[in-house]
Amino acid sequence: MFSFIIRRVLLVIPTFLAIAFLTFVAIRLVPGDPVEARTGERGISPERLAHFRHELGLDQPVWKQFLDYLWQIAHGDFGTSISTQTPILTEFTTLFPATLELAICAMLFATILGIPAGVIAATRRGTFVDYTLMGAALTGFSMPIFWWGLLLILFFSVDLGWTPVSGRIDLLYYFEPVTGFMLIDSWLSGQEGAFSSAVSHLILPTIVLGTIPLATIARMTRSAMLEILGEDYVRTARAKGLSPFRVVGIHALRNALIPVVTVIGLQVGALMAGAVLTEYIFSWPGIGSWLIESIQRRDYPVLQGGILLVSGIVIVINILVDLLYGVLNPRIRHAR
Amino acid sequence: MPADRMPAERTAAAMVEPKAPPGPFAAFFRDFSENRAALIGLILLGLLVFVAIFADFLAPYSPIEQFREFTRIPPAWVEGGNRAFLLGTDEIGRDMLSRLIFGARLSLFIGLSVVVASMAVGIVLGLVAAFAPGWPSIVIMRAMDVILSVPSLLLAIVIVAIIGPSLTNTIVAITVVYLPYYVRLVRASAMQEKTRDYVTAARVGGAGTLRIMFKTVLPNCMAPIIVQAALTISNAILEAAALGFLGLGAQPPSPEWGAMLASAREFLQSAPWIVTEPGLAILITVLAINLVGDGLRDALDPKMRRS
Amino acid sequence: MPLLEISDLTVDFKTGGGQFRAVDGVSLTVDRGEILAIVGESGSGKSVAMLAVMGLLPWTATVTARTLAFDGRDLLTLTPRERRRLVGKDMAMIFQEPMSSLNPCFTVGYQIGESLKVHLGLSKSERRQRAIELLDAVGIPDPERRLSAFPHQLSGGMSQRVMIAIALACRPKLIIADEPTTALDVTIQAQILELLVSLQRETDTGLVLITHDMGVVAETAERVSVHYAGQKIEEQPVAPLFEDPHHPYTAALLAALPERATGKRLPSIPGVVPGQFDRPPACLFEPRCRFATERCRTKAPPRQGAIAGFALCHYPLTHGRPIGHPHPEGREVAA
Repeated sequence: MFSFIIRRVLLVIPTFLAIAFLTFVAIRLVPGDPVEARTGERGISPERLAHFRHELGLDQPVWKQFLDYLWQIAHGDFGTSISTQTPILTEFTTLFPATLELAICAMLFATILGIPAGVIAATRRGTFVDYTLMGAALTGFSMPIFWWGLLLILFFSVDLGWTPVSGRIDLLYYFEPVTGFMLIDSWLSGQEGAFSSAVSHLILPTIVLGTIPLATIARMTRSAMLEILGEDYVRTARAKGLSPFRVVGIHALRNALIPVVTVIGLQVGALMAGAVLTEYIFSWPGIGSWLIESIQRRDYPVLQGGILLVSGIVIVINILVDLLYGVLNPRIRHAR
Repeated sequence: MPADRMPAERTAAAMVEPKAPPGPFAAFFRDFSENRAALIGLILLGLLVFVAIFADFLAPYSPIEQFREFTRIPPAWVEGGNRAFLLGTDEIGRDMLSRLIFGARLSLFIGLSVVVASMAVGIVLGLVAAFAPGWPSIVIMRAMDVILSVPSLLLAIVIVAIIGPSLTNTIVAITVVYLPYYVRLVRASAMQEKTRDYVTAARVGGAGTLRIMFKTVLPNCMAPIIVQAALTISNAILEAAALGFLGLGAQPPSPEWGAMLASAREFLQSAPWIVTEPGLAILITVLAINLVGDGLRDALDPKMRRS
Repeated sequence: MPLLEISDLTVDFKTGGGQFRAVDGVSLTVDRGEILAIVGESGSGKSVAMLAVMGLLPWTATVTARTLAFDGRDLLTLTPRERRRLVGKDMAMIFQEPMSSLNPCFTVGYQIGESLKVHLGLSKSERRQRAIELLDAVGIPDPERRLSAFPHQLSGGMSQRVMIAIALACRPKLIIADEPTTALDVTIQAQILELLVSLQRETDTGLVLITHDMGVVAETAERVSVHYAGQKIEEQPVAPLFEDPHHPYTAALLAALPERATGKRLPSIPGVVPGQFDRPPACLFEPRCRFATERCRTKAPPRQGAIAGFALCHYPLTHGRPIGHPHPEGREVAA
């Protein structure tokens, strides 16, 4: 098991290096002068240009520049934002909790509703319930979530006035972030109404971001359950005279969770992609909005560092999912 | 089942009496058409393709023609609607119906281009990775790992940010995003098929590596590739619309559905139909393709078939 | 009163190509302490009939019967809940594939203890005690350590022993063993059979042994029921069956045994069991029968009496000769 982890981590290093290399190359492919691209200034005088070139290390050979870049990354220096002049890592760590909070809530929403929906559909295969659930799941799976978000805003915020349109909390409340998670911070602050305000801001984004994972998990759970319900050991469980709840909910579901967890893991990347759109629609101050703004402002260092950091996190989460897979599946746990 | 055997069996299945076991094509068709949802999807998709092809004849107006005195007219059945504009007009007086019809052409074109491009490149790379162990395989598969570890939409955004926002670049970016799925799929099934006896038989029969790759092994890996293709079309349409929505895809005044949503956002409250109609068009298109894709998967996957 | 009484059991499956009759009017009885063997090729519906008794068929199956009674209780009228109280407790089943019949995600101890908890309500320590006893009884060395083993850590023979332990857990009155040795190595097969029979003797349970192996039948069974294409075609006590088979199919099966081969070549039965799409109109064995006549092709065969082994045949055999057959020397002579 331990060597499995080591091997998994070692395999990731070349991937990460390749991403670093690609972002390094990408910023050189951006149309226009690299100094302009880096500094955001236009029409710079030749002396200042030479000064910048030297300062940015652009007068060095390319391989040396890349090694310097890696050296900086290794020391936690992902560059500086042009528009705010703040280190990118600092911006990332302030904004990331907002995205993480949203992603966790969306994933919980998707898992808590998706697994039971899939199990129910599988056990009622071919009935009205099955068709309804799977029809809904396929619709969710086909949903353009940016439009779905607008629709929910139109209905719940504009027409009904139930939920706020944007942001993480009402401007009324202010407190220093402790954990960065608004739900926890607002609760810790003890201000009256702060927590419920944070919750009501979170509801629509959670539904929007959770829709596609919910549909995917429900569909995957159903097909995994259908396959497993035909396995010999499920027949054995029924031959013991166990209740349908025990047969389905313990013997079959325990095995179905193995592929479902893999799918949940694969959703992490899709979740980051969905977060970009969700945050953009709800003006959620997270990594997604940050990256989109960086493109609009032509702040390429932010885009470069942001993509590298996001990919790194996705890779790490995928490793964690692999480990969870090992915990769930005894065959893998003992094989290593 | 080898592809060159199919026609013979099809005729056989068509001629014998109804009690006989159904041949592979008949079974496929039966399973597919028995799936009513897939059939509905296929009909919807056929309609959309028809609309896309004959957009020039079907659309009442040009998609970019502006009727300045008719801005933000609601759909015909709503109060204040105008029969001349069945689905209403947008914020600068363009006919929504015409824009949606031409948008169908764009979306289907994007979906199809992405599938053809990523499938073609993916099949070649996947087969090479399966048949050339050692460094070509390692390089290809690591490269695919890299692409996969950047979230799909983010990767597309970065590519478009570098090469500039346009419809063509959208297609290029999404093609790159979906490449790894084909490479992995083709490689995995080719590796599995490679060890089968019929491949050995072909090799003994003197077939060259290229012939074995494309003529012997590839036809037997096609079922999952076809299912993946359906999934790719729908996802490519969604992703292109998302890029358009973010202002990074097709540029105005192009009637791309996502781009239509982007410019309409501020009219959410005052003219909701400008927002709801393009989104509904995306949803229906993607749903139709996914219905067909599910039907294909169920009909091609013997495990899902009722025995 | 027999322990298990089945009469006119029919099972139909809904398939993509229409209805398929897997079991066709089968009647059987099993007494306490008796070993009944059900013999037939694969596809003869022998497992399906027993799965119907256990109530384990999938939703695509329709079960009908005149009588389906176990231990004096009518299985057809029991509610699912009442039936679950019998299944796994008073009647238990052992399956063909021991490796895939154990749940890969749970330990051996958990899977044995589960029936004890559900049916007998034993406490945790009692369950552990009984599980160790059971593993010991089925001949698994070091039972205490094996309790925490996962199925993939066991060999096929070990897995089948665990399956037997699970079946025995609640001291059932009837055990149905569906080809319990088919998937095992030849050396293990004899051990497992011996174990089954000795446990059956000790506890005086009824045992239904489903098999296609005539050797297994000869060694273990007391009574034999031969099945073909969903029908019971003959039933006799084991000794007379081997001595004087009454149905041509049984005779052909016995003739195909290597021990009985007389010539240089082993005789075989031409053709295969009919499937969904090639079912003969009258006698189902007719296309493969060397005594078949026009009558066999047009008229369904009658059920013979006990003297003729309840054979389902127009011309039951007596010492190899078909009674009432127009050309008693067989088809080859007639043609």
